[in-house]
Amino acid sequence: MIVVEQLTKTYQTTKGSVLALDRIDLQVRKGEIFGVIGFSGAGKSTLIRCLNRLEEPDSGRIRIGGDDITGLSGRRLRQARQKIGMIFQHFNLLDGKTVYHNVAFPLAVAGHPRDRIGRRVREILDLVGLADKEGAYPAQLSGGQKQRVGIARALANDPDVLLSDEATSALDPQTTYSILELLRDINRKLKLTIVLITHELEVLQHICDSMAVIENGRIVETGPVEKLFLNPESDTARKFVGVLEQYRAKRDLIEGMGAGI
Amino acid sequence: MRDDLFDLLWEALRETLYMIAWSSFFSLLLGLTLGILLVVTDKGHILQALPVQKTISLLINGVRSIPFIILIVILLPLSRLIVGTSLGPTAAIVALSIGTAPFLGRIIENSLKEVSGGKIEAAIAMGASPLAIIFRVLIPEALPALVRGVTIAIIGITECTAVAGAIGAGGLGSLAIRFGYQRFREDIMIATVLVIVLLVQAIQLTGDFIAKSIHNRRFKIE
Repeated sequence: MIVVEQLTKTYQTTKGSVLALDRIDLQVRKGEIFGVIGFSGAGKSTLIRCLNRLEEPDSGRIRIGGDDITGLSGRRLRQARQKIGMIFQHFNLLDGKTVYHNVAFPLAVAGHPRDRIGRRVREILDLVGLADKEGAYPAQLSGGQKQRVGIARALANDPDVLLSDEATSALDPQTTYSILELLRDINRKLKLTIVLITHELEVLQHICDSMAVIENGRIVETGPVEKLFLNPESDTARKFVGVLEQYRAKRDLIEGMGAGI
Repeated sequence: MRDDLFDLLWEALRETLYMIAWSSFFSLLLGLTLGILLVVTDKGHILQALPVQKTISLLINGVRSIPFIILIVILLPLSRLIVGTSLGPTAAIVALSIGTAPFLGRIIENSLKEVSGGKIEAAIAMGASPLAIIFRVLIPEALPALVRGVTIAIIGITECTAVAGAIGAGGLGSLAIRFGYQRFREDIMIATVLVIVLLVQAIQLTGDFIAKSIHNRRFKIE
């Protein structure tokens, strides 16, 4: 479904060039939820932003479905992007448009007739559970509702892939949980491939099928999610799981004391 | 106070409003074009073209550094070419539009730059073309700021019509100079100043009202 080969990206800064992605190879199967986890600055955001060319990679190849994303430009690239939905940490909704018009935006951009846009918007708002909010402006919504609009907007053009750039990082735990449930629901209903990046282990644990661990611009570990917990090999993975274990041990101790041992 | 006051004032006010309306219209067209080009051709924006950006910026600074009264004189031949005369309110519209467009361009540039990069990125990710991003994202999202900026510019144009009036454009400025100053008609001087003050207040209040109602519709939580 998604194949990334030898993807490399460097940034030019005033202090010289920084290698953000170092010969990344990745494969995401159709219909799976693929999580990329890493600490801040590891390159995960750059990686996901290269997948729809919000960032221009220096070299390497990206294929999504039948399209060679790295070889496209102009109108062809825009058409390919219409089939790659994306959701963001800070939602990036248009404040001047109602929920309805936010979700209609990608459809209007793709040139659909007005009556079809109307039907599709209502259908998709229904799916994300916001059918009663179509006349509201983003400022009148909660964070979770805003992200639901973001998801509806990303799904409007019936994409093959959904990219999630830290989509739950700005939400409280309860809302995070409901958004993750929604993503899993959509993944099953629409057989949608989802690539998400996160720095929260719970996100991986909760909905991902496969994962990759990124460290200093390199993929250091990849495989099914259970492997990360059972047998973490990379430094980053050990640190992530280690924090979790520490808390678990502490909790066991406290609960143990409570039981009067 | 003499009985010609009202007629003189009414005629001058009509000329001034005529100049403000058309100059604002053309200045807005030119200014929007300049402002949009300045923003989208800037580094990292949707149509990055730094040579174009620098050229427009230089041009704007150049025109803005010429005092308006001199600019009118420089543009007299152009007025003659476009509207067939270098006298009267219609001729002044040419100079007013060209003279104020660079200022408006800067104001519009500032408003459009306030639109967050995230919204533009989201539009790019949805496959929107540069034109769609300009007209469906940048301008609508910046609308309250644009309205406030355009209000400032229209008041600037009002001031400029008075300057233009001093050298043959007609309107309230001309009335104040020719009657109030040169013929010592104190009543006319006071009345014109009063009318201009009221006019500027009305423009500002209208602009504030429009900007506020757009803002409230978007951000007020019911």
